[in-house]
Amino acid sequence: MTVSDIAVSLGLKIYGGENGLSREISGGYTSDLLSDVMGHAGAGKVWITLQTHKNIMAIASLKELAAIILVKEYLPEKDMLDQSNIEDIPVLGTSDEAFEISGKLFNLLNRR
Amino acid sequence: MSTGKMHFEYQVEGGNFSAAGFPSSQVKKTLKQLNVDGNVIRRTVVALYEAEVNIVAHAYNGIISVDIDTEKITILLKDEGPGIADIKKAMEIGYSTATPEVREMGFGAGMGLSNMKTNADHLNITSEVGKGTIVEIINYFHQ
Repeated sequence: MTVSDIAVSLGLKIYGGENGLSREISGGYTSDLLSDVMGHAGAGKVWITLQTHKNIMAIASLKELAAIILVKEYLPEKDMLDQSNIEDIPVLGTSDEAFEISGKLFNLLNRR
Repeated sequence: MSTGKMHFEYQVEGGNFSAAGFPSSQVKKTLKQLNVDGNVIRRTVVALYEAEVNIVAHAYNGIISVDIDTEKITILLKDEGPGIADIKKAMEIGYSTATPEVREMGFGAGMGLSNMKTNADHLNITSEVGKGTIVEIINYFHQ
């Protein structure tokens, strides 16, 4: 399943990093603590968070994450968005809370 | 390229979070070009990023020097800053002296040093209160 597939299935907004929509997804990781993600999120994961600053993209790139989903209609700051386009790592958005979107993504990825 | 030694240096400015991660991403690129094992690259990048963010979050400025030879990568991070009064305490998960602003960004959760320890083959931290901290990270390419 690709980032594009989950964006369509879950009705996610696409804020940036469109060139990375074909990235394959290995799972998800939900956290707002950067060192937690740094220490535990594996490559290809979708990171669900309310953090909207540029350092999110640095971590996503270093950890080779597939995409970011911002919850509760949080919007990416401009430098986060710029970095998303440079790294080709999509920043997506939802009006759902982290619990809800995590559950939906979990179900979607474990359907087969 | 296979037999040579490489040396890089990066300046780190305290408080400048928007530049954080640049040295880690450069080191990652270089190690990839050298065909270093993916797991070693991932571990090195986590340890280096955490150490760099500590300089940005706590110190006034710092220098990161990176040496790569055929066997290993050696990273030395030297900062001018407040230093660490109790390194043992700082190593505890959840212990942090980060400011509320830094915590609001999702940093300063007290997990950084533990991430560094887990992802470094060799980690050495020395510190002098009121002067600064020196962190040495060594990772070997062949486990």
